[in-house]
Amino acid sequence: MAKFGSALFNRLVIIIPYAWLLFFFLIPFFIVIRISLSETAVAMPPYLPVFDLASGVGGFIDNIKQFSIDNYIWLTEDALYTKAYASSLWIAGVSTFLTLLIAYPVAYGMAQAPNTIRPTLLMLVILPFWTSFLIRVYAWIAILKPEGLFNQLLLTLGLIDQPLIILNTNWAIYIGIVYSYLPFMVLPIYSSLEKMDHSLTEAAQDLGCTPIRAFWRVTFPLSMPGVIAGCMLVFIPAVGEFVIPDLLGGSETLMIGKTLWNEFNANRDWPVSAAVATILLLILVVPIMFFQHAQAKADGEGR
Amino acid sequence: MQRWSRFNIASIVLGFAFLYLPIVLLVIFSFNESKLVTVWAGFSTKWYVQLFHNQALLDAAWVTVRVGLISATVATVLGTLAALAMTRYTRFRGRMLFSGMIYAPLVMPEVITGLSMLLLFVAIGFDRGFWTLTLAHITFTMCFVAVVVQSRLLSFDRSIEEAAMDLGATPVATFLQVTLPVIAPAVFSGWVLAFTLSLDDLVISSFTSGPGATTLPMRIYSQVRLGVTPEINAVCTILIGIVAIGVLIASVVSRRREIQRVKDEQAAFAH
Repeated sequence: MAKFGSALFNRLVIIIPYAWLLFFFLIPFFIVIRISLSETAVAMPPYLPVFDLASGVGGFIDNIKQFSIDNYIWLTEDALYTKAYASSLWIAGVSTFLTLLIAYPVAYGMAQAPNTIRPTLLMLVILPFWTSFLIRVYAWIAILKPEGLFNQLLLTLGLIDQPLIILNTNWAIYIGIVYSYLPFMVLPIYSSLEKMDHSLTEAAQDLGCTPIRAFWRVTFPLSMPGVIAGCMLVFIPAVGEFVIPDLLGGSETLMIGKTLWNEFNANRDWPVSAAVATILLLILVVPIMFFQHAQAKADGEGR
Repeated sequence: MQRWSRFNIASIVLGFAFLYLPIVLLVIFSFNESKLVTVWAGFSTKWYVQLFHNQALLDAAWVTVRVGLISATVATVLGTLAALAMTRYTRFRGRMLFSGMIYAPLVMPEVITGLSMLLLFVAIGFDRGFWTLTLAHITFTMCFVAVVVQSRLLSFDRSIEEAAMDLGATPVATFLQVTLPVIAPAVFSGWVLAFTLSLDDLVISSFTSGPGATTLPMRIYSQVRLGVTPEINAVCTILIGIVAIGVLIASVVSRRREIQRVKDEQAAFAH
């Protein structure tokens, strides 16, 4: 009885979450791909029927014959989509780099801090992550507006004569992404710096390295796992970001997450938005697998 | 201490100022007398009073809390099971795929997750509304729970589990009486994380919800698009307050438990 119970328990521990994720996470992707290959129709749901179990195998083959790549041809023909993909990758790349520039010194400072205050500092970095993303992006509108607080400050200080136009430009998007994703970059870098053996830098300095050279030759390479994890955690979601370009960006800002949203909600073209999502997924599949691999490896080392 | 240099302190102070200043300004201007959110015109709580007469907003808040409570609880059960599966059974068929499905949702752009779930619900003919919203939230938050619990399980001393089994406890009893009490703080912080993620979500909710199931972020978003008003600042301040109190309680509870655990361990070794 105990043996039977144990086998069943072991099975269920794996099967229940596995089945849940297969059904609600993986299968939906195949449905997205399938719908991206169907034709747009004026109906609800707005695409031609894709699944018909009653028609059997013959029906299934007929179904495959009806696959149409029209949506993908449409995407390549309209320069809007290509531009949106390119500018999403560019904006995500620039923002990731800026986030790294700001996060690294913070993470480094935290790792050097006295042991007694480290937990508090860590808590302070995590805390904004618990506050709503939407709220944190919204907070920047009042700051970056032409008559906003940032411009008021600069005008009062006499640094500028005329308000700077920041809101509704790409700069506002960079600021929004850096701000929202900063904790995701600080935490992995901090955890790899914290684990580091400080005698290594000391040895490098004893052997005649300047502190700066010791940093670049010893500390930075050793923190690479954290840097890579942080960059992936920022870059991948930033490519498909919707809220930030929608609230902070301008009308001419193209980002694919926003394009997909508009295609879906305003144009009600589900097959085209499914095609947009499929291509976005294909672009991101390599970084995602890279991230998963690095993460699984890091967990393995923790054993 | 030479290592904790001035440069280090400066970068931390600047970094934290950048993180917190916008939130502080948002809270300050929720108490502004004027309708403008950029010009200070005196202290007032009238925007808060106004909130309690906004029925649409209150309804949305109620939907959000219910979805959050149900989805966080189910996600915690599923996520804990997933974490056990990942750490206890290093070899089973399809483990790579399983770990992929745990990690991918953490970075997956929300528009993709939202769209794919919506298309699933349409394909199986499930009417969009409260329950589709809850199912979607369970799915994306359970992966965060799994990661949090997994990191606790990795540093877990398995010999006490083996001891329980040797003394004749069934796996279920071992889990409930030995493993669960030890990982409880991580499970609890997983629940809090799942709840706040559910509370905050806009994009996945917008795709998967239907008529009659508008959440607070969806309501806030539709108002934000019309412009910045102190009323939204007030809603945001209340939300920030709730989250801050929740996180504070969670950290106090987990710290107490940690101290208790260390004491118990010392007591056990003393015998």
